[in-house]
Amino acid sequence: MDTIIQGKAYVLGKNIDTDQIIPAEHLVYSLSDPEEVKMYGKYALSGVPIDQAGLPEGKIPFVEEGEFASPYSIIIAGPNFGCGSSREHAPFALKVAGAKAIIAESYARIFYRNCVDGGFVIPFETAQPLNKSIMTGDELSLDMENNTLTNLTQNITYELRPLGDVVNIVQAGGIFEYARKNDLMASTEA
Amino acid sequence: MAQTITQKIFARAANRKFVDPGQSVWLNVDVLLTHDVCGPPTFDIFKQEFGPNAKVWDPSKVVVLPDHYIFTANEHAHRNIDLLRQFAAEQGLPNYYDVGTDRYRGVCHVALAEEGFNLPGTVLFGTDSHTCTSGAFGMFGSGIGNTDAAFILGTGKLWEKVPDSMKFTFEGQMPEYLTAKDLILQILGDITTDGATYRAMEFDGEAVYSLPIDERMTLCNMAIEAGGMNGIIAADAVTEAFVKARTSKPYEIFTSDPDAQYHSMYRYNVEKMEPIVAQPHSPDNRATVRSVAGTPITKSYIGSCTGGKLTDFRLAAKILKGKKVAVTTNIVPATVLVASQLETEMYDGQTLRHIFEEAGCNIALPSCAACLGGPSDTVGRSVDNDVVVSTTNRNFPGRMGSKFAGVYLASPLTAAASAITGKLTDPRDFL
Ligand code: SF4
Repeated sequence: MDTIIQGKAYVLGKNIDTDQIIPAEHLVYSLSDPEEVKMYGKYALSGVPIDQAGLPEGKIPFVEEGEFASPYSIIIAGPNFGCGSSREHAPFALKVAGAKAIIAESYARIFYRNCVDGGFVIPFETAQPLNKSIMTGDELSLDMENNTLTNLTQNITYELRPLGDVVNIVQAGGIFEYARKNDLMASTEA
Repeated sequence: MAQTITQKIFARAANRKFVDPGQSVWLNVDVLLTHDVCGPPTFDIFKQEFGPNAKVWDPSKVVVLPDHYIFTANEHAHRNIDLLRQFAAEQGLPNYYDVGTDRYRGVCHVALAEEGFNLPGTVLFGTDSHTCTSGAFGMFGSGIGNTDAAFILGTGKLWEKVPDSMKFTFEGQMPEYLTAKDLILQILGDITTDGATYRAMEFDGEAVYSLPIDERMTLCNMAIEAGGMNGIIAADAVTEAFVKARTSKPYEIFTSDPDAQYHSMYRYNVEKMEPIVAQPHSPDNRATVRSVAGTPITKSYIGSCTGGKLTDFRLAAKILKGKKVAVTTNIVPATVLVASQLETEMYDGQTLRHIFEEAGCNIALPSCAACLGGPSDTVGRSVDNDVVVSTTNRNFPGRMGSKFAGVYLASPLTAAASAITGKLTDPRDFL
């Protein structure tokens, strides 16, 4: 696991639900066929109402029309990110589009578990509403060893809440890797 | 040490005497539920991680109920059903309810109860956020993603953090114009969509215990709309009668100790409550029906695991009997059993089906249908700027189809009354 993630910020509001992250009509694509998987990148965050997409200005799509990947790798959001359905397609779509980490005030439980146990994106929490100060397109640097986020564009550093209990699963890269390391499941290697 | 009902179920499933809120424990899982949207990717992950020839931990504990995208021409949706069928055959799963056969049931959370899989004291995980519905049986039910489900398929276990509990007590006699849906919408307005994140929501009080089991399911169903890990109602004689009529499997009844610790406690007197809606675009955007009465609507939708059960239709029929609907009104029974009950249940000398047909409603086949929008040919899907009054559980932008539509979540009484006038209408106007 890299300890520093650097990339551009994509800023969202509160209560971003899984229908906004990946609208239900796109759930029909295969999660394993490489050609179909690309569609999850194409439609990631496509359900966010346009005036809420890419704050503070809005009207900035996460993935440009005709593209399959996003130029933004760190998502900044308010409270209750990922509420709604249990669909793992949601963190998966964010990963396929190129997101590496999310920094939100809080998460819905199922989404949070999915991010961690599936090893898709790393969900950090922050006590401050960072989506009020960070602007879409700002260059950010996330230091996972020290739990800090630096806004290189605005030259400000913020403290993040440590990952706590789940840091071992995040470091292992998901629940299966963690379980194998800790002898919680029989090794499946031939 | 005093424990809540949820703690006691965790302790049992973790082979411990006592568990503390906040502690993460490994639980032995009694039932794993999946459906057509999350089944195929779950099975993929299972094979990837445990090997192409791996067998599930216990075929009798895996329940596969396709329900989401059933009556559609969408080919991807059909492929998902094929994948479920294949996996069920390969693994010899006795509890697969195939589409297009007489085993097909409909919406998974309702079918689980009907088929006798909900047992007090047990642990259920499902690849669907509304798996919390089953908490109405005094058991732990919670939604998970595909990776977690694949892990359970291989091991029969999952880690979970013991939740803090919130207690919601409803006192008084339920007035005839109120339903479980009004109670949960009231709570959502009070605690908002993340008010119970990572917590158990325990429902209690004489009004709750006066409700039939399907209304209790409605209460627990929407625990997830407050971010709750689970909703739970301790089992009583009503629960036991329902369970014993369907299965002879053993179960254990747990109740909260009187001195158990709660994160918070809320008390309501149902006799002082009013019919409630959640306005667009969030389940916690509460208003009394009275305060928004007169708002024009374009559709009424009575269906889903929240509002498509027998009691929901009994209540709707009470209002719709002898009336005509003014807007497109879709009646979507959750399951095949509920659909058949529309033919046999009588109200005031007529079957429910007859009442709905005479009122001009459209009666659809049992499935999730437009509760979650679905492919473009889905019955009841919202289009353009539709304004829908719906007995479903979510009204986020685009949830029922069109991103531009507005959805008012309401009780079946309110949805039926509004269907008649074409405007949001307090059911007391018709009772
Ligand atoms: S009826 Fe709606 S809420 Fe219930 S399982 Fe189906 S899609 Fe989910």
